[in-house]
Amino acid sequence: MQFQLDVNGERHALDLDTRTSLLDALRDHLGLTGSKKGCDHGQCGACTVMVNGRRINSCLTLACMHEGDEITTIEGLGRPDDLSPLQRAFVEHDGYQCGYCTPGQICSATAMIEEIKAGWPSNVTDDLEAQVEASIEEISERMSGNLCRCSCYPGIVDAIRQVAREEARA
Amino acid sequence: MRAFDYVRAGDTAEALREAGGAETRFIAGGTNLLDLMKLEVMAPGKLVDINRLDLGGIEATGEGGLRIGALVTNSDLAADARVRRDWPVLSRALLAGASGQLRNKATTGGNLLQRTRCYYFYDRGEPCNKREPGSGCAARDGMNRILAILGTSEHCIATHPSDMAVAMRALGARVEVEGQGGAREIALEDFYRLPGDTPHIETVLEPGQLITAVILPPPAGGRQIYRKVRDRSSYAFALVSVAAVVAVENGRIAKAQLAFGGLGPMPWRDADVEDALVGETPSAALFDRAADILLAEAKGHGGNDFKIPLTRRTLAAVLTQATEADQ
Ligand SMILES: Cc1cc2nc3c(=O)[nH]c(=O)nc-3n(C[C@H](O)[C@H](O)[C@H](O)COP(=O)(O)OP(=O)(O)OC[C@H]3O[C@@H](n4cnc5c(N)ncnc54)[C@H](O)[C@@H]3O)c2cc1C
Ligand code: SF4
Ligand code: FES
Ligand code: FES
Repeated sequence: MQFQLDVNGERHALDLDTRTSLLDALRDHLGLTGSKKGCDHGQCGACTVMVNGRRINSCLTLACMHEGDEITTIEGLGRPDDLSPLQRAFVEHDGYQCGYCTPGQICSATAMIEEIKAGWPSNVTDDLEAQVEASIEEISERMSGNLCRCSCYPGIVDAIRQVAREEARA
Repeated sequence: MRAFDYVRAGDTAEALREAGGAETRFIAGGTNLLDLMKLEVMAPGKLVDINRLDLGGIEATGEGGLRIGALVTNSDLAADARVRRDWPVLSRALLAGASGQLRNKATTGGNLLQRTRCYYFYDRGEPCNKREPGSGCAARDGMNRILAILGTSEHCIATHPSDMAVAMRALGARVEVEGQGGAREIALEDFYRLPGDTPHIETVLEPGQLITAVILPPPAGGRQIYRKVRDRSSYAFALVSVAAVVAVENGRIAKAQLAFGGLGPMPWRDADVEDALVGETPSAALFDRAADILLAEAKGHGGNDFKIPLTRRTLAAVLTQATEADQ
């Protein structure tokens, strides 16, 4: 099937089997190997990308369903010489060991901070109608869809908390 | 995954027209369907993508309720200001399900139709009447700790895994469906079917029929609680869950709408339990009596025997919290 994908601000024409997941399209056909495949079943979060600003598991969606959507992968968030605030904070706080889950963690956290700003509650929010703060408990709950096999959770939470606070102040 | 044809429908009429064949499925968020297609547990020959249909809004109804479009995501529904204020048990149930990423894709219609998490249903090497009618049920004498204790049959003991549907059942929601023959509303209590000897038929929805919306009746008031007991505190399905809408007036229970997840093949609700509570003074003995009624027919299958006492305790905890004088 022929279709187009807009990824990190660039349009790509593709001709792929309808079965191709968005994750496989990014990795195998567009050479964007930052997004990782951990489970291929929505259970680990390594494949997390942003579609129209929202975080999703790219393994559980078909590439051909995303014509016209604005897709952002880890490659679109920052470059080695121009890191995004979360990328920098992950380095600073030791938010990874092997790094396999990291692109998914950072895409997920980037969108998650926006969810907090938009006032979305979570399962650990006491008052459903109050503005939420990026506490350790809130961050852990909201990031539960991203597993880290190296268990770098303390560093991951610290990194996210720092950026969430900076952005709340800004 | 088996190969399939893909059609992107532009509106409801086109979606219904395209969905004629038995081998056809609608795809919404895809988070359950694609998961199962990768394992070839489901293998439709054609997918009709309904994401471009105009089914994404949440509107007030004339009677003071809400009409939730079938494509509203679980995230948007949980965060909707009206739902948070007036139907909080629904926000709570949604937020207790899956992960942030999955809730961003999962839709209202797809969530209702998600299939069981029974391990043997997922494993094509095992007999499973739901996946392959007539092949048997590996779960009855197998690993069944996550499976059902109510409403089962000798042919299937699967649970319906949704959290959202449990809250909707407690709230008395209705499902709006549309087919070639027109539109109709089905009360959620009539939407799911018991397994009997046809566990592969899970709802009254006919092939090719589209869920267009879920209707919530006007706010039920009371204290609203969703309590989910699971193996880890996030990103795990319920072992047992309770959705409660409870009001106390003058020291007596004036309203009790209770639905249960993790117990049966559908979000479970038992009018006898509610009748036993209404008009009574809250007490541990009363809550125990309610559990007796709820669990009178409960049947464990070895691995899930623990769900019987767990349900009793979870119900007691929820009713205690719901009827406490002050919080
Ligand atoms: C790792 C993981 C953890 C999860 N944890 C939880 C959890 O804790 N609690 C919970 O409740 N859920 C959980 N889920 C399940 C998730 O909620 C469902 O996958 C999701 O709600 C399905 O919605 P969807 O839009 O993606 O459906 P799809 O996958 O698109 O569709 C599911 C089914 O519904 C049909 N369908 C969809 N929309 C319509 C319509 N409008 N009309 C007619 N038919 C339709 C499709 O044909 C398909 O058969 C989890 C899922 C995963 C992968
Ligand atoms: S319980 Fe139902 S879904 Fe599970 S193996 Fe038995 S028939 Fe299949
Ligand atoms: S690879 Fe997508 S969630 Fe694991
Ligand atoms: S850093 Fe190794 S999996 Fe997270």
